[in-house]
Amino acid sequence: MGFDLGLSSDQEAIRDLFVGFFTREAGPAVVRAAEPLGFDRRLWEKCCELGAPGMGVAEVYGGGGASLSDLVVLAESFGAAIAPIPLLDHVVAAQFLPDPDVVSGAAIAAVALSPTDSEGVWHLVPSGAVADVVIGIDGDELVAVRSRAPGVAPRNHGAQPIADRSARVGDRKVLGSAGEMSRALDIWRTLTSAALVGIADRALAMGVAYVMERSQFGVPIGSFQSVQHGLADLPVLVDGGRMLCHKAAWAAGLETQGFIDVDANEYTDFSLLASMAFIFTGDAAAAATDRSLHFHGGYGFAAEYDIQLYYRRARGWRLIAGDPRHEQLELADRLFGRAQGN
Amino acid sequence: MDFTLSNDVVEFRAAIRSIIAETVTPEVVDEMHRSGTFDLPALNLALGAAGYIERAVPGLGKGDPVELWVLFNELEKAGAPFDGLAINIMIAGVVVAVGTDEQKARILPSIISGEAGVCMGYSEPDHGSDVASITTRAVRDGDEWMINGAKMWTTMAHKATWLILLTRTNTEVPKHKGLTMFIMPMDTPGITVEPVHTMATERTNATWYDDVRVGDDAVLGEVNSGWRTMTVALAFERGVMGGTNAGVPLLRHFRLWADKVGLSADPFVRYQMARTAIDMQVATLLTQRSAWIAGSGGLPGLEGSMTKLFATEAYQRSVRAFQEMAGSSGLLQFHEPGAAADGFIDYDARHAPVTTIYGGTSEIQRNNIAERHLRLPKAR
Repeated sequence: MGFDLGLSSDQEAIRDLFVGFFTREAGPAVVRAAEPLGFDRRLWEKCCELGAPGMGVAEVYGGGGASLSDLVVLAESFGAAIAPIPLLDHVVAAQFLPDPDVVSGAAIAAVALSPTDSEGVWHLVPSGAVADVVIGIDGDELVAVRSRAPGVAPRNHGAQPIADRSARVGDRKVLGSAGEMSRALDIWRTLTSAALVGIADRALAMGVAYVMERSQFGVPIGSFQSVQHGLADLPVLVDGGRMLCHKAAWAAGLETQGFIDVDANEYTDFSLLASMAFIFTGDAAAAATDRSLHFHGGYGFAAEYDIQLYYRRARGWRLIAGDPRHEQLELADRLFGRAQGN
Repeated sequence: MDFTLSNDVVEFRAAIRSIIAETVTPEVVDEMHRSGTFDLPALNLALGAAGYIERAVPGLGKGDPVELWVLFNELEKAGAPFDGLAINIMIAGVVVAVGTDEQKARILPSIISGEAGVCMGYSEPDHGSDVASITTRAVRDGDEWMINGAKMWTTMAHKATWLILLTRTNTEVPKHKGLTMFIMPMDTPGITVEPVHTMATERTNATWYDDVRVGDDAVLGEVNSGWRTMTVALAFERGVMGGTNAGVPLLRHFRLWADKVGLSADPFVRYQMARTAIDMQVATLLTQRSAWIAGSGGLPGLEGSMTKLFATEAYQRSVRAFQEMAGSSGLLQFHEPGAAADGFIDYDARHAPVTTIYGGTSEIQRNNIAERHLRLPKAR
């Protein structure tokens, strides 16, 4: 215990295992082949063999008992590969629905980010096109509903397997009250943030590699200061975003009630830090993919280059949760108290 | 990662907060802006008396980078003047690292007691970012050195007891290899100090050196090793001695005023305040990382560049937004009735531009990141 901003040896092992796995099994060709649905069942099955779907589930339910900090490491390597499997949504849902087939990954689980509409429908659920079970809020209850996965998604920006799902049709189980969903959403924000860090980090690396390989005017374009400076802004966004994710994950494990102290710039409240991370890493991933794509020149716009795959997911993975400005205004309420007079 | 501070550090922080509360009063801050001298003797003496300056000096006291970060972060968040103190602690560290026993005995006690201040003569009128090209000459004259030249941005020279001075002692070798660092009393004959006033409240100085004569006891480190001595000083700074959380007091000042005038219900204002809070939290995490790397035996030079680049530009974005949101009230200076945040919005908008210039411009930081982190070719 005590101030330590490095990864644990377990976390280094997780990182090495999954960076290796995704590099081997989920290269850009696999990502492309999985479009437009954004799902590769064989890749999912291989991932199940590694025990990833149940990693965050308590050992008593047959899971891996990994901490949220461990899962942040997993999520970053997943994001760097933009792997076409519903890993993060599933990892979050499984913690709240640790049924044996969910822990093993035989049944895919997803999280509805918003409550149902008046017809009992969850709209555009991430991984909803391929999930066998969805957890989410219906009325004042947190429910899990098992029903047939549609297997198709509306064609979308980030090639995500999103779909509308009903909370009323299917095998429905009440997990608790609607209030219990907020922690699930905080975990989802934290892990999605870590995945966005992975996107930003990989997009930066792709940009750096490309500007050294591409020559114009007789020299690599990476020797131009304007190009260098555009890229030099990015590593701090990756590092800062990564630290925010880890701080949120650390706060999630605290036994004491977290606090919010704006004047001291000190926060140990998990939910607040998860929100900060989601906003910051979303911006970081957008900035990194913007710049990297731009420095690819016309080829960055071409479908055959990989940076466009990252550009689209940087937006899709974030915006499926709604306008980030709303998230930021809700964050303001937590930081400064609700606005008086609105 | 574990962000839990040790009990020692928590106690240290409480002690620092209590010294700040006693010494950094609104009157003192007001006087600081009026005089342009961003140094507070009462604060330095209180820290010195409690042993905290000695404890902070690298190689001398506890030398814990996490404590160093906490000390300067608390000062910065409180809006306390710490520019002078930062230089004092950094240069005391250099004396410990490369000074002679005689220099240590003669110079250190006055600094660690909080009585004496230090100023730095590095930049010159014609040599700023390219500091290795400086032309202030020190030439051998019998068993003395004779120094002639001019320095710019010698902040605190009008108050300091000690001067650390970068000179050229050899013109026949590559620029980095012909430099020598001196440390001498500011009252050495031949030194002239003239104020340089700034668009903000802080004053700095230009200094002239006319046939300044010092002995070998003024050479800090080896002759012609001045660049190395500079590097030692920068390594001690480690990016943890303030300059990364200026947005915290800015946000406090703006928010209190916005609450008072009813502006804080405006979604644009709330959106920006939340942005500032996020950026400042990220800046603090990055600064903590530098402290942790230093505490683990590493040299977080590159991380410091990245943090400085991010934190100062984020501060400038916040300042610009808050001044715009304050409208005409944000134009009014200290003591003018109706001034936004008692004049701090005007002040921060005046001060902010220098933060991406001093301590290494943003362009120098980006060069550093591009070359050393991204491994791109040298571009200049």
